[in-house]
Amino acid sequence: MKKLMMALTIAASFAVAGPALAADKLKIGFIYIGPPGDFGWTYQHDQGRKQLEKELGDKVETTFLENVPEGADAERSIERLARAGNKLIFTTSFGYMDATVKVAQKFPDVKFEHATGYKTAENVSVYNSRFYEGRYVQGVIAAKMSKAGVAGYIGSFPIPEVVEGINSFMLGAQSVNPNFKVKVIWANAWFDPAKEADAAKALIDQGVDIITQHTDSTAAMQVAAERKIKAFGQASDMIKFGPETQLTSIVDNWGPYYIERAKAVLDGTWKSHNVFEGMKEGLVVMAPYMNMPDDVKKLAEETQAKITSGELKPFTGPIKKQDGSEWLKAGETADDKTILSMNFYVAGVDDKLPK
Amino acid sequence: MMRIEIVKRPQHSVLFSALSPFIALFLTLIAGAILFSVLGKNPISALYSYFIEPLTEVWSIHELLVKAAPLILIAVGLSVCFLSNNWNIGAEGQFIAGGIAGSILPVVFPDFQGWYVLPIMLLLGMAGGMAYATIPAFLKVRFNTNEILTSLMLVYVAQLFLDWLVRGPWRNPQGYNFPETVQFSDSAILPAIWPDSGRAHWGFALAIIAAVVVWFMLSRTLNGFEIKVLGRSSRAGRFAGFSAGRLTFFAFLVSGALAGLAGIAEVSGAVGQLRTSISPGYGFTAIIVAFLGRLNPLGIIAAGLVLALSYLGGEAAQISLGISEKSARIFQGIILFFVLASDSLIYYRIRIVSRLSETALKGA
Repeated sequence: MKKLMMALTIAASFAVAGPALAADKLKIGFIYIGPPGDFGWTYQHDQGRKQLEKELGDKVETTFLENVPEGADAERSIERLARAGNKLIFTTSFGYMDATVKVAQKFPDVKFEHATGYKTAENVSVYNSRFYEGRYVQGVIAAKMSKAGVAGYIGSFPIPEVVEGINSFMLGAQSVNPNFKVKVIWANAWFDPAKEADAAKALIDQGVDIITQHTDSTAAMQVAAERKIKAFGQASDMIKFGPETQLTSIVDNWGPYYIERAKAVLDGTWKSHNVFEGMKEGLVVMAPYMNMPDDVKKLAEETQAKITSGELKPFTGPIKKQDGSEWLKAGETADDKTILSMNFYVAGVDDKLPK
Repeated sequence: MMRIEIVKRPQHSVLFSALSPFIALFLTLIAGAILFSVLGKNPISALYSYFIEPLTEVWSIHELLVKAAPLILIAVGLSVCFLSNNWNIGAEGQFIAGGIAGSILPVVFPDFQGWYVLPIMLLLGMAGGMAYATIPAFLKVRFNTNEILTSLMLVYVAQLFLDWLVRGPWRNPQGYNFPETVQFSDSAILPAIWPDSGRAHWGFALAIIAAVVVWFMLSRTLNGFEIKVLGRSSRAGRFAGFSAGRLTFFAFLVSGALAGLAGIAEVSGAVGQLRTSISPGYGFTAIIVAFLGRLNPLGIIAAGLVLALSYLGGEAAQISLGISEKSARIFQGIILFFVLASDSLIYYRIRIVSRLSETALKGA
């Protein structure tokens, strides 16, 4: 009997130790808000995951869960990834924030990386991208290209990340044409091709001749292509969906960040941080400038270079809010905290911000 | 040329009624095995991770209960509606209304704390769901409006109202303008049943209690008899002196109260704050659960657990085998298809009518 117990104990300890020995491979998990086939936000995160696998090869093993709703389900999905042995977990939507922090408390030895939020912990990092830098360049192009002087903007949800983009786009456009206007339609969804397409049609019917979007599908690009007007892609290079339509696109380039963080875990140098990076660090990349005259292209490239070098900061005064009150004095720049909690429009946006 | 007809069976077989879930399970396993083989996955391990893996770990069983609780609560209420021939499709809206009403205390008066907070919240949640369900009931009784349309449309109203609340007046002032309310204080959180091993909360216990109470009412009381009589034939019910209008209110109030309770239990037990969306469609999934449980509250407990398992299983299969979420959903659809089809075939049979026999019939 004793022998049997001993044998069992040994077997059990091997059974437990077995996976630990094989765990030289770093398991990395991803939680996606949409399907990787959205060709937008989630697609770009998945591209980052693939780059990570390619770069680090058999040192890592990645898994993902797609279409995970924000809320009670997110907590379970994240916990499942943690229990499946993932030691580094990227949660790639704002709404996963509290769920990420909750699960992180239960798994102190697992590192968590939450995109676009603000809550950090010992083992929770936050990473965010200055998408609004790309929006400024788009605004400059839009004001040059538009004959109507009005652009249409399809918003997902009126959260700071999206409002920042609208304002930056507006400011970029006003730097070329002070009377430029932006019309906004809220799709109230990140990924809903039918709604996004309807919004694009409605905007075009209202007379806009440039479309830009902060939603995840390619629907708006396709509508713009049908109606023969110009548009900007979002999150990924959507040139395939509008070869004669897309002017440029803000490409979210997550790969280098994912590789850097995975390496940090492998080296044991991973530390919790809160990063907010943009063109300079290579997180925001502009797709090739197409379908525009050379002088516009040149101006866009110059603007991009200035933002990259830090010479131009989109949120630099004098800037008035939509209600006419002063936001930034001449020469004053907005700090990151203000940018990350932006909930007002600048002057010139033809929409009332849903409150 | 031929035509397919569905014909009611004169009597249904007791044997096959009992066997039907097992036949459905068997067919599901075969169809699932084919599906997974076509996808290039080992069917045995796919089915294992779908049906068994979520049950092998304690935390995962907790998650099963978390997922099943709202489905059972709502579906039990819906069974009363459907049995009495009231087609409440808007449980999702009543769920949200309950979540909102129940959150008044923790969001608007966060300093109001004590043991009594939680019971008040649950009662407010039920009241909210009930009040919201009264609207389609009133419209049906007073104006003879189609309750399917009104209750369904009110879902969108509730969703947008919640969205507005959470972005506007109820937004957490310290939350960087992100659309969420404050986190509920501890006294406003529905506690976990066994906090040491997982996060299943008392919402599941409430669901079981509700199921037993409604089962008792339906099978052992005059009220339950009234529901069934009026549901099958409103004319017969009238002769018996039952009032269809009163019953419509009753059915909507019961299902609204339970959906509202599910809403506040989910918000307080599983989420801990109000967000712009608090339900991944529980109110609609519960309709399937109600029919899967054959509109019997005790059957609904089992059906709720099965449906919850199919969600968790889909997730487990995504991780262990890399099956896409879409395939997992398709498989979930296959399960429901076979179960509901087997059930229908107990009561109905399919007859193939050829053109030839039809003309022969006409000739005669």
